Amino acid sequence: MIEGFAALYIFMLAGFVGYEVIARVPVILHTPLMSGSNFVHGIVVVGAMVALGGADSGLEQLIGFVGVALAAGNAVGGYVVTERMLEMFKSSKG
Amino acid sequence: MTSSLATVSYIGATILFILSLGGLAHPESARRGNLFGIVGMTIAVLATVLGPQVTSAGIPWIIGALAVGGAIGLIAAKKVQMTQMPELVALMHSLVGLAACLVGFASYVDTSAVFPTAAEKAIHEVEIYVGIFIGAVTFSGSLIAFGKLSGKIGGKPLLLPARHMLNLIGLVLVILLGNWFLNTHSTGVGMALLLVMTVIALAFGVHMVMAIGGADMPVVVSMLNSYSGWAAAATGFMLSNDLLIVVGALVGSSGAILSYIMCRAMNRNFISVIAGGFGSGGGTPSAAGAAEPEGEVTPISAEETAELLRDAKNVVIVPGYGMAVAQAQHVVCEIVKILRDKGVIVRFAIHPVAGRMPGHMNVLLAEAKVPYDIVLEMDEINADFPDTDVAIVIGANDIVNPAAQEDPGSPIAGMPVLEVWKARTSIVMKRSMASGYAGVDNPLFYKENNRMLFGDARKMLDEVLGALSA
Repeated sequence: MIEGFAALYIFMLAGFVGYEVIARVPVILHTPLMSGSNFVHGIVVVGAMVALGGADSGLEQLIGFVGVALAAGNAVGGYVVTERMLEMFKSSKG
Repeated sequence: MTSSLATVSYIGATILFILSLGGLAHPESARRGNLFGIVGMTIAVLATVLGPQVTSAGIPWIIGALAVGGAIGLIAAKKVQMTQMPELVALMHSLVGLAACLVGFASYVDTSAVFPTAAEKAIHEVEIYVGIFIGAVTFSGSLIAFGKLSGKIGGKPLLLPARHMLNLIGLVLVILLGNWFLNTHSTGVGMALLLVMTVIALAFGVHMVMAIGGADMPVVVSMLNSYSGWAAAATGFMLSNDLLIVVGALVGSSGAILSYIMCRAMNRNFISVIAGGFGSGGGTPSAAGAAEPEGEVTPISAEETAELLRDAKNVVIVPGYGMAVAQAQHVVCEIVKILRDKGVIVRFAIHPVAGRMPGHMNVLLAEAKVPYDIVLEMDEINADFPDTDVAIVIGANDIVNPAAQEDPGSPIAGMPVLEVWKARTSIVMKRSMASGYAGVDNPLFYKENNRMLFGDARKMLDEVLGALSA
């Protein structure tokens, strides 16, 4: 999709965006942040799906299958747990 | 789906992920953020399944794998208790690490990729090599962190002789093997080299986390979070997938910032935490003029504690890991409710490294339905201790240790602490006189205005609650 140095630029810029976004998260939400970012990097599922979907040998298929399952577990688990936590945060104003 | 449509979907998903993390800037927008996240994830998954990189023969397999993994994740997430959150997060990091590792191997054995020039092939191989390395370190390191946090492995740091040397040798080996890997033309040899490197990386991850003491666990958890982000980014480079690169970098830098915040809260630099060894109790107990705490501790009963609380106008509660272990947060909440109904001002003071992961205490208190606006950070509340009548410390030790300010020879000297001793009376709830995770003695216990309430935090608080409501 993109080649060589363009990918590096994107990588760098995304790093800065991450810094700006995360620096604004208050301490009280740091645990949800951890599990939320955990959920978000379940996105590695996309990489595993590409590996599994384009597999042309049994070995590749096996590796890909396990990879997709692990990443999917991560994404679903991370989302549900974050949601459970965020539900609990209530202000005294109701 | 055409490849340009897939690209557009990826861009949309990227924006949603950024909004998702951005939503966490405030509790009120946080849930909306999480919703953005799941929408982004769904779009990304659909775009990939229907996109040009997946053949129709692969789709049933993908759906099967998604279902299996998703079901396991769902069950685990529903069952986990809030006190177990640090372990769960560590375990999930290890999954990402392993997945990234596997993608690396799959990408290496994939024969369909053709590279027009030798340089492009070399770049691709470097990406695979680095990706597998980061993935393997994340995987084994997170597993050990999981073991330590869940108590399956002791919290004491394991300090092998010449451990820095061992790490260095490992690193040099990995680089040499990498050079060999790039220059070999046989897939068989290449695979063998990758496997050897993976073993070294796994050992490296184990060794790194084993050497880190329990008190530094919050830093390690967020550091591993950062690693798993970089691992995801590395798979993005491997597969030339911009979505993975962006999201990996986002998460990677977020973990790095959290680690930095934690380190600053402990007044230690990042390198010394990662190098390990702290919390061993082996820190030379302050050399010249060692300030051995003097005097006697004054015990107090639950009834007397209740009496003090009833007469107080201003109460600050300092929770620590002990509250989590004793599952005492619900009783604490009951006590707070009674006191607040009586017109007592009750607030919580949270030290940045209280508990075993960033923000651990806030989640527990939220679980017990303590409103988040009376839960304050250290910097917001430290100046208020002189006007506080009673400060209660529940299962915390090092984060309220005055030696950090008063004794330059103390191993925790310079670490910012909650100044509970400035309150009119401080009450420390503790099971025994044992020292905290850092193995440092605490002069607070011997102060004149300090009282010790010995016993299991939950049982003692139950008694306090009983006396209060009587």
